[in-house]
Amino acid sequence: MARAYNRRMSAAVEHPAKSRVRRPRTIAETVRLVIGEILITSAVLIALFVGWKVWFNDVVFGASQSRAAEELSEEWRQQPEPEPAASTAPNKPAVLAGLVDGKAFGTIMIPRLGDDYRRPIAEGTGNNVLNTPVLGVGHYSKTQVPGQDGNIVLASHRTAYGGAFHNIHELRVGDHVYLETRDGWYQYTYRNTEYVLASQVEVLSPVPMQPGVEPTDSVLTLTTCNPFLSTAERIIVYNVFTEWFPRSMGAPKEIAHLMKKKA
Amino acid sequence: MYGFLWSKLPGPIWARVLVSVVVVAIVLAILVVWVFPAIDELIVNEEVTI
Repeated sequence: MARAYNRRMSAAVEHPAKSRVRRPRTIAETVRLVIGEILITSAVLIALFVGWKVWFNDVVFGASQSRAAEELSEEWRQQPEPEPAASTAPNKPAVLAGLVDGKAFGTIMIPRLGDDYRRPIAEGTGNNVLNTPVLGVGHYSKTQVPGQDGNIVLASHRTAYGGAFHNIHELRVGDHVYLETRDGWYQYTYRNTEYVLASQVEVLSPVPMQPGVEPTDSVLTLTTCNPFLSTAERIIVYNVFTEWFPRSMGAPKEIAHLMKKKA
Repeated sequence: MYGFLWSKLPGPIWARVLVSVVVVAIVLAILVVWVFPAIDELIVNEEVTI
């Protein structure tokens, strides 16, 4: 102990010029140095991983989800004219049927979030939908579907895995949200935003926040985490159904540029 | 550890810096392309959090 103390002292009072000549490290010093370097390296690696997940992979997933949505649109564009189903009277929106968990059934487009913003929507809200590079937005299977009165509830990530609803707080009254299915386009108009706790499942009711009440209109509810990088709360964005565009009528003007054939 | 590796690198300072930068870039690329996605798979939890 005393010897170690003396050695340290003598090192401290060495002249700067002399201290260029290095005394060989003791084994204990080398061990400490290596442990320290390993710890710092681990910290850097963990920080890199978090950065990769929240930024890099987020962008990669976002781009690939967007491409997947574009391919879905393209597929529907090229399909033969669908048989006019019984429910497809000119002004009555088609009611979606036959949803399968984990399968894409539509796309969502929100001009406020970017001219080219679009993502695929799949049935179910498990990791098999939300955490994949080809889906990303999930439909709560117990809620209603496009074309029905009631509440269509979608969920997506706020950050990471493509973060489809990253900027969902930017919607303003009057903004349009479009859903596309093989039958055509459903236009919804932004109404309001609500912040709730994750336990407040009443947002999923046919009339949001009023369980047991019979719905008389169709609401599209977008749900994701709040605040950023936290799961403490949920941000809930309500949009009201305003117009139906059957495929034969062509896409609404606001998103027509997204429906053009790829160059 | 890093000091030891540095002392083993040949050549003048600029060459050592160049080699170090290239090695770091390769390590980063390996992490981003293979290691991080693999780790991400491992730590995915069953509970869905958005």
